[in-house]
Amino acid sequence: MEDEQSFSDIYGGRLALQRRCYSPSCLEFCLSCPRITLRSLTAVTCTVWLAAYGLFTLCENSMILSAAIFITLLGLLGYLHFVKIDHETLLIIDSLGIQMTSSYASGKESTTFIEMGEVKDVVINEAIYMQKVIYYLCILLKDPVEPHGISQVVPLFQGGRRQDHLCIQQKVSLGDGGILASSGRQKVKDTFSFFNLMFSG
Amino acid sequence: MVLKAFFPTCCASADSGLLVGRWVPEQSSAVVLAVVHFPFIPIQVKELLAQVQQASQVGVTVLGTWCHRRQEPEESLGHFLEGLGAIFSHKPWFQLCRERGSKSWSCKATHWQGPTSHAASGEDQVMLIFYDQRKVLLSQLHPPAVLPDRQAGDTTASAGGLAAVFDTVARSEALFQSDRFDEGPVRLSHWQSEGVEASILVELAKWAAGPVCLLLACLLSLVSAASACRVFKLWPLSFIWSKLSTCEQLRHRLEQLTLIFSTRKAKNPAQLMRKANMLVSVLLDVALGLMLLSWLHRKDLIGQLADALIPVADHVAKELQHLLQWLMGAPAGLKMNRALDQVLGRFFLYHIHLWISYIHLMSPFIERILWHVGLSACLGLTVALSILSDIIALLTFHIYCFYVYGARLYCLKIHGLSSLWRLFRGKKWNVLRQRVDSCSYDLDQLFIGTLLFTILVFLLPTTALYYLVFTLLRLLVVTVQGLIHLLVDLINSLPLYSLGLRLCRPYRLAAGVKFRVLEHETGRPLRLLMQVSIACILPCSSKGLREPG
Repeated sequence: MEDEQSFSDIYGGRLALQRRCYSPSCLEFCLSCPRITLRSLTAVTCTVWLAAYGLFTLCENSMILSAAIFITLLGLLGYLHFVKIDHETLLIIDSLGIQMTSSYASGKESTTFIEMGEVKDVVINEAIYMQKVIYYLCILLKDPVEPHGISQVVPLFQGGRRQDHLCIQQKVSLGDGGILASSGRQKVKDTFSFFNLMFSG
Repeated sequence: MVLKAFFPTCCASADSGLLVGRWVPEQSSAVVLAVVHFPFIPIQVKELLAQVQQASQVGVTVLGTWCHRRQEPEESLGHFLEGLGAIFSHKPWFQLCRERGSKSWSCKATHWQGPTSHAASGEDQVMLIFYDQRKVLLSQLHPPAVLPDRQAGDTTASAGGLAAVFDTVARSEALFQSDRFDEGPVRLSHWQSEGVEASILVELAKWAAGPVCLLLACLLSLVSAASACRVFKLWPLSFIWSKLSTCEQLRHRLEQLTLIFSTRKAKNPAQLMRKANMLVSVLLDVALGLMLLSWLHRKDLIGQLADALIPVADHVAKELQHLLQWLMGAPAGLKMNRALDQVLGRFFLYHIHLWISYIHLMSPFIERILWHVGLSACLGLTVALSILSDIIALLTFHIYCFYVYGARLYCLKIHGLSSLWRLFRGKKWNVLRQRVDSCSYDLDQLFIGTLLFTILVFLLPTTALYYLVFTLLRLLVVTVQGLIHLLVDLINSLPLYSLGLRLCRPYRLAAGVKFRVLEHETGRPLRLLMQVSIACILPCSSKGLREPG
């Protein structure tokens, strides 16, 4: 069964969350990030080329123009291959683990699989971004050395580089129930029950 | 917990039979290793499994039945399959079924409560996970064979999660030795059924490696014993050995060769990888060295080099003399103290004169020496480069001496200046308290101290300039030597075997797994494909499983 909802991220772009339930023990969430718009692409290209043309009128060297073209092309390729995430998928398999796949705009896919035995807990962390508070889902991993310790915090649905945490706004997390605490972290079994996950193991 | 069945992809097209593998109760997963085909005699199957269990320490049992058929099953087959469940009792008993030519699978797992139970009670949802046996076997994602705090007989009861699956497959090699085409009592299907993977070259190499390694290990132990003898530890020799980078490189090479040809097998995959990397580096090094040697000999470059060496040394000495003449004049417009300038300049000029005489004395022997040095390229390009670095160090020894003189002089001057400056201010360094204290001096002391201070201050620019010039020269030489050493280190430590493996057999460098959900129909069990994901050198492939500890 499939289910689609749309939200907006902290920058105002459109996000679409698709939920697919393969079986009672396997769920998949697919979050599509806002696409690269023609307007932004044109703006960046025009800026770079205008700057190059300005330099050219100063230096009278046509290599600058060729260099600008190369820089634009390489920059675009690099951006599509390493930075721009097209959609992210979270596959939850009961008693096996959680798999996160990020697909970049160039087609590259980056997968991380976390075994269920290593997951300590799933929490919603809050962060202050500029003037607002955003919430993001993350997984706490067990520390092999210390039984009560946490070895790593893995944020889900990063959607890009460090600062671009997607803000899954209150609409998502408040979906079927729990209101989030406004301070600190909170166990979100209820959020995951919104995701219909059986968290056994 | 959901029941999971790990099924090898190679058995998906095999004929009907029994499923053989290992049941991991902590994970509720059944790892199917092979399929035993009809007809078989149950006693023989049990014997084979007992043998395999003894050989590999893996609890291999019959897990269930596998049915690969064309149309709907006949009633008799159904009862026959259930009857098998009574012979090979196992909880839970899996019944996998696939229609030939279609993608629909069905899977049931039943718990035998007793003779009166029927299949409908105690059925569980089963998740089918397909895996590539060959890749899982070769990817070494399982924990090491022997952990230090566990007994040898302890099986992988504590291996968590998927590592247990990998370990099971990796340790069951005994099961994969006979397949369905063999004439034995039991016919099995597994990944080797498509054709046993082996290479005659690899087998021959393995067979020949034993005696060769033994011989070379003996030779190398003789060499290292000879080099460790007491004569070489006497003071002048040990000092020289420690300064020459050639000796360092030779020692390193000896260590590498000893490790490669040691008769002990590698204990774990990491050690094996290290050995293989070392072997490939040594081979590449020797190959490059031989190429260099052939190039040198083809063009008779050694003779040309020997002929060019003396004029180059002369040229360097002349340039140094010009530099000193310049310093003795008015360098960069600065006004030096004439007397000190002349003294230092003449002192260094005399040194250069001595050095040139020495080089001219050595000139008849240069070609012989170079020829023998060129031969050392057989041991590897790194050794040749180290020798080059040492030759540069020896030829620029006079620059090093100048630097030392200049530095000492400057150092003395600075110490004197700081001490007299303290005297000038009426203070003194208290050695006991390691701090500066005030002190009352006599008038004579103050007078002489101030005089000396003035003299040193006015002589400072001269000494400082000499120091600066010779330090820069020394830095230049050190930079050149540093680049050569960098190249040597690069050749020594580049893991070429791992890089090659990454290009040719990426699954050997596995870093984790990833799952893909296959076509799903309602009412059928969920099917997943488990793939081994590659370790990334560049940040563009999958990241994977986080190993516990």
